[in-house]
Amino acid sequence: MENTEIKKETKKRGQWKEVWRRLKKNKLAMVGLVVLVLIILTALFADFVAPYGYREQNLSKITLKPNAEHLLGTDDLGRDILSRIIYGTRISLLVGIVAVTFSIIVGGILGAAAGFYGGVLDNIIMRIMDIMLAIPSILLAIALVTAFGGGLFNVMIAIGISSLPAYARVVKAAVISIKEQEFIEAAKAIGARDFRIIAAHIIPNSLAPIIVQGTLGVASAILSVAGLSFIGLGIQPPTPEWGSMLSNGRYLIRTAWHVATFPGIAIMITIFALNVLGDGLRDALDPRLKQ
Amino acid sequence: MYKYIFRRILLLIPVILGVSFVVFTIMFFTPGDPAQIMLGERAPAEEVAQLREQMGLNKPFFVQFFNFIKNALRGDLGRSLTTKRPVYDELMSRFPQTMQLAAAAVLVAVVLGIPIGILSATKQYSVFDMVAMVFALVGVSMPNFWQGLMMILLFSIVLRWLPSSGYGTFRHLIMPALTIGTSSMALITRMTRSSMLEVVRQDYIRTARAKGLSERVVINRHALKNALIPVITVIGLQFGYLLGGAVLTETIFSWPGVGRLMVEAIRSKDFPVVQGGVLLLAITFSVVNLVVDILYAYIDPRIKAQYK
Repeated sequence: MENTEIKKETKKRGQWKEVWRRLKKNKLAMVGLVVLVLIILTALFADFVAPYGYREQNLSKITLKPNAEHLLGTDDLGRDILSRIIYGTRISLLVGIVAVTFSIIVGGILGAAAGFYGGVLDNIIMRIMDIMLAIPSILLAIALVTAFGGGLFNVMIAIGISSLPAYARVVKAAVISIKEQEFIEAAKAIGARDFRIIAAHIIPNSLAPIIVQGTLGVASAILSVAGLSFIGLGIQPPTPEWGSMLSNGRYLIRTAWHVATFPGIAIMITIFALNVLGDGLRDALDPRLKQ
Repeated sequence: MYKYIFRRILLLIPVILGVSFVVFTIMFFTPGDPAQIMLGERAPAEEVAQLREQMGLNKPFFVQFFNFIKNALRGDLGRSLTTKRPVYDELMSRFPQTMQLAAAAVLVAVVLGIPIGILSATKQYSVFDMVAMVFALVGVSMPNFWQGLMMILLFSIVLRWLPSSGYGTFRHLIMPALTIGTSSMALITRMTRSSMLEVVRQDYIRTARAKGLSERVVINRHALKNALIPVITVIGLQFGYLLGGAVLTETIFSWPGVGRLMVEAIRSKDFPVVQGGVLLLAITFSVVNLVVDILYAYIDPRIKAQYK
């Protein structure tokens, strides 16, 4: 028993090592990974990296163009844009991670149940998902935030709910492809309970598509929250959220181009990093897709 | 074939009912009394109560939902709380502009995306391919509302080539259509390229080459047809994204469409308009996907064969 446990462990490690080896070969994905790590570090150490506080106003220095003192200029309240972008990484990453975690947990449970049990339950769950898919996800998020109000928590959950169907589908597909395999049959034969089969055998084996979907999902969640804030529904000032900074910059675009420009570049770099990493992970986790 | 089309149309009914239910439920639980909003904050309590009764707001949830559906079928989506005009009229006066924008954006995405994708695939790893792929990645990563602002900055403020907002001429359409269409174009480019690359490795392409067909015929007649099948699905799905993107883009460019109407309605807590807008765009999306599915069946003989 102990022996097999060890064997399984080494085999598992071997599998992830292999994925990492393939990922390392993908230069673009590695660029994405490095950028992402830098962004995460920026978020963690924002207090040390940012030259000014995110709500520190200086009314004698409003809408200054980029200069040596304020590398990316200041906004209409004299706040340092670079510092606000640096603190904004926290909000964006938080929203992305919480929204995606929510979608993975809820969507995962729904998808696993639909795939594992099939039949009526599958039908009910997937028809509900179809209905949700029929509403463009940003519209669903808008409707939810209109109903439950803005604010960080509501926005995260609204984005999480609006992207549920994608996760339910991915997990369901993964579960179906696994559940017919022999090792599941073996587990059933020795009398394992459904919950144990799902948690110990099916979920670990369907992680690959979830990881890919999750990585790309963080990117689209960050875009969604920026979009919601941009139309005034998301996170309220003075929280330094990239979308609301952009929204503010929109009104200043004729006089102070830099206010809207830099937060957008920050969003773009983050999304770019997540997208190339997600694509790279997809290729690395499923070599069959790459020819 | 007709059986397939008929079945797909029938399937649309539960989806639309479901969407209505979701949208209605969300708005039902929205805090804020529509009667109070309609009459203003200082309206006497009795008047508000009377209006509530009149609007059927005191009835149970399912009765209200049933009434909502009954009225919606007759084209009555309630009245705007701010303008007091019927929501249906408000939406319909804006809907053509939104469709115009979405159609222009799809056109941009398809007309540029597919050829670039094909060229990239046939010249894999060439300079063109690399440049196209980097552009595609950037296009997918850019928030479209930011792209819109940057285009205004460049083309309206610095170069003064195009109007920054408004509606009416072709010149007004260029920037909004590009803003909404870019990310779809990028996605379609990538999709076409990878689908093409997969197809050209198939045996039937080797056969076509082996029997001495010119490269052009092989690509145009044999590869392209098969490669475009998955791309068409993506175009249909992108349409929903485009309609969602219209909400932000119309706001930036002051484009008089459904999206901008909705944003204004959100600001003034005009829930019937938000509800109607979401419903209208979701139904449009479903209908577009239905059309795509039917087109799909025409293009892909495998589906046709199933319903012989």
